[in-house]
Amino acid sequence: MAANVRIKDHWQEQRMFGRRCLVAGGIVAALSILLLGRLVTLQVVRHDYYTDLSQGNRVRIEPLPAPRGLILDRNGTVVAENRPAYQLELVREEVPDLPGTLHRLVDIGLLSADDLDDTQKLVKSHRSFDSVPIRLRLDDEEIATFAVHRFEFPGVDIRTRLARSYPFGELAVHALGYVGAISEQDLGRIDRAAYSGTTLIGKLGVESAFEKELHGQNGSREILVNAQGRSVQRQGAFVPNLRTVTPVAGEDLILALDLGVQKVAEDALGARRGAVVAIDPDNGDVLAFVSRPGFDPNTFGRGITRTEYRALLDNIDRPLFNRALRGTYPSGSTIKPAIALAGLVYDVVQPADHRFCAGVYRLPGSSRMFREGRSGRHGSVDLVDAIARSCDVYFYDLANRLGVDRIAEFLAPLGFGHVTGIDIEGEKPGLLPSREWKRKAFARPQDQVWFPGETVNFGIGQGYFLVTPLQLAHYTSILANRGTSYKPRLVNAIRDAVTGAVTRIAPVKGASVAATPAQWQTVVEGMEGALRGRGTAAATAGRNMTYTIAGKTGTAQVFSVGQNEKYVEKDVAERLRDHSWFIAFAPAEKPRIAVAVLVENGGFGSTGAAPIARKVMDAWLVKGGA
Amino acid sequence: MTYGSLDASYTRRTLTRSARMLASLKVDGPLLVGLALIAVFGLIVMYSASGRDIGAVLKSATRIGIGAIVMLAFARVKPGFLRRAAPVLYLAGIALLVVVDVVGYIGKGAQRWLDLGFMRFQPSEIMKIAVPMMCAWYLHERPLPPSPAHLLVSAALIFVPVALTVAQPDLGTGMLIAIAGVLVILLAGLQLRIILALAGIAAVGAWFGWSFLHDYQQKRVLMFLDPQTDPLGAGYHIIQSQIAIGSGGIFGKGWMNGSQAQLEFLPERSTDFIFAVIGEEFGLVGAALLLLLYTFVVGRAMYLAMQTQETFARLLAGSIAITFFVYVFINAGMVSGLLPVVGVPLPLVSYGGTSMVTVLAGFGILMSLYSHRKLIRS
Repeated sequence: MAANVRIKDHWQEQRMFGRRCLVAGGIVAALSILLLGRLVTLQVVRHDYYTDLSQGNRVRIEPLPAPRGLILDRNGTVVAENRPAYQLELVREEVPDLPGTLHRLVDIGLLSADDLDDTQKLVKSHRSFDSVPIRLRLDDEEIATFAVHRFEFPGVDIRTRLARSYPFGELAVHALGYVGAISEQDLGRIDRAAYSGTTLIGKLGVESAFEKELHGQNGSREILVNAQGRSVQRQGAFVPNLRTVTPVAGEDLILALDLGVQKVAEDALGARRGAVVAIDPDNGDVLAFVSRPGFDPNTFGRGITRTEYRALLDNIDRPLFNRALRGTYPSGSTIKPAIALAGLVYDVVQPADHRFCAGVYRLPGSSRMFREGRSGRHGSVDLVDAIARSCDVYFYDLANRLGVDRIAEFLAPLGFGHVTGIDIEGEKPGLLPSREWKRKAFARPQDQVWFPGETVNFGIGQGYFLVTPLQLAHYTSILANRGTSYKPRLVNAIRDAVTGAVTRIAPVKGASVAATPAQWQTVVEGMEGALRGRGTAAATAGRNMTYTIAGKTGTAQVFSVGQNEKYVEKDVAERLRDHSWFIAFAPAEKPRIAVAVLVENGGFGSTGAAPIARKVMDAWLVKGGA
Repeated sequence: MTYGSLDASYTRRTLTRSARMLASLKVDGPLLVGLALIAVFGLIVMYSASGRDIGAVLKSATRIGIGAIVMLAFARVKPGFLRRAAPVLYLAGIALLVVVDVVGYIGKGAQRWLDLGFMRFQPSEIMKIAVPMMCAWYLHERPLPPSPAHLLVSAALIFVPVALTVAQPDLGTGMLIAIAGVLVILLAGLQLRIILALAGIAAVGAWFGWSFLHDYQQKRVLMFLDPQTDPLGAGYHIIQSQIAIGSGGIFGKGWMNGSQAQLEFLPERSTDFIFAVIGEEFGLVGAALLLLLYTFVVGRAMYLAMQTQETFARLLAGSIAITFFVYVFINAGMVSGLLPVVGVPLPLVSYGGTSMVTVLAGFGILMSLYSHRKLIRS
């Protein structure tokens, strides 16, 4: 057996090495071809696919929000504008830990702990690469705080945007409305794509009703971003050609409101709760639109905190409630001119007919007594006196003779029982009762019957009949026009922000009331009488008139404390007092203004509301209104 | 058979002056040209990949310069000296690896380098050359193909430094060291049946060894199988580099104009993923040209290896040549999505100090082995 010893065979080894090298060379060649094949697959076969991916990587579309249209009063004073404001914005996909980031923002005092959940919801409702404003209107100190901590917050940055600003604060807030952060509800009614980049949306009033005109068209800009999502100017040595669509600014609104008149009205109402609506009878222009108390719309644009909002909601005076538009009250005696006119038109009464007022009215065959509201007995009164001195007994009788159906039929074209069609949303129609209405409104058969006593009460504006201050002002303007009605409007004209071209909105005529000039004259005389001599408002609104006023006081009984109001003992007595009404137009012979004033729990119309109406009319007629 | 040293009078008639100078420097002209072209291309790409940072280009050029000097130095060293130095280098490398592992263990973290004050030095890089040198040294005197006993010793010589490197942990370098060593054994004539048997054992071992991998290493492999599963995490590198290469198309987006690279979507763009920058900015044409240069260098190196006559020279030169291609293939394969991400730089192009020098030192050794060979005169 041979020893297991091998000797190195150099030739053999060299040949073998050569073979191995050839094999290795073959493998090298094969792998090189494999690599080349892979490159061809990526760069030729799937080139388009990867080009799309790389394009999507680097180009991002950034919205350019259109500046919101301005709102000006009829004299050109700006009441809503856009001011640069700093706000905190967050891009979800760049934030590593959203809840943690928000909590840390609370820690450094830039977010309120109350708003944490809402903010998180808001951020999640946007696309992950949208820049979502999470805190509006930072002050200088807050900007400095964030600057110090900025490195801790990737994906969060301060941006300058135009924010809505209302230079007059509370003034006319219930007419203007306000803008606030776009809510989930808002998202349902807008085109999300068109609102990409818009942070605020009109919430109430003109801001909401004319959202489409005010908003304008957002533009967009393609921006180059790097892997961190930051915008960069160039890509290496190359500056790519990126498209920009310029935004189209929203249109400016020119209001019918006269800020001077508005201010006089608000000041006159002062701290009292109530509403004032003044209308130009010639075209339906709303010259003043007041609901007090109000609130500062700037808080909403700034980003209202939960606490602030709760305070507004829980306030017993309900500052968010638009009394002028949505408050429904018994009309009180302010309806008497209409009842009187109905009596004349239906030929139930003649101007010269006298009736003796002994302070009490009884329905024929009934023992129930309807009392004179205030001044005992008026003695013998004709129609003009009855209006001027607000004789309840006269109108109890007149209403009874007219009957509820004729009253309801006559009041409808005067704007009652349905919305006036003013150009803002949320208007309440009030309630115009009739036999038919009562049949439908009540479930129990015994409740569905209309009682004659209810007609009697209707004659002095009590009972089921409910009106809004806007409706009363609208009605007053129809009386002033002797029958012609125009839809009330807050917005007079729309101005193109770019060209400056003003498009007037033509007045819209409503249903007219047919009565002869003589019949109108009788009613107007009665209303003029209210401001003169023994008239109900002679001592208040009628003092030192430099023009003739036709008016009517009203007092609406308060039956109970509203459902949403808390029972607070010290407030009850005051809040159970009657509401005070006054309607008026002037100059009586050629009216240029019609006003309705409501003072909640203001007592008698003559003392509570009438002086306010006088101030408003003075502001428009004497102190040089247009 | 008569052996003689390279005779000047014999070559003078056919060689040009520059070739004579190269010959006197013991440098191979074609190989040098190939390497130089790759290095210049690399510097051009580096300017773009570093975001037009001329400083990075200069640093890279400096390292190439240092590498070139090392290469020239090694080319002049006699193969006999290299062979005698192999065990010393190997043992020194093992010692340094142990030091690094111990320092890393104390420092409780990944530790791959020693801070020498003026530069950071990775002992594992030495092993890329020391291991094949040691294997070639060991097999030089022994009859080939190696007997099972010699095979076991060779395997142990490879295993120890590889284990120390993987423990750092540096799976990529450990694997490259293993490949360099195994290539020596394969070139030494390992029988096909043993190769197949070992491949079977390796498959089982891989399955077994899976459990010893770190989480992030396991993740890399898993994610390689389906990068889309984790597009923002582990798969991000591969997806972005494929987008870069794919969107480059045939002619590329142009130098300094690759959006993936310039806008930083491509991670590690000047180091491990620089091949994607080439694919994006120079397209299929540029990437294929670079691959062609690499295969030329590998081919030339293998040709030189085949010309050597001693066992030590052949085995070492062959290993160096093929290892170089393995670097290229692993890097390009990883960047284009053929292989998992293992952190292997693209030789001579990627930004990074030690590997540039090691690669050129390897080629210096290869040139020395070739140019100092004894010619057989017929």
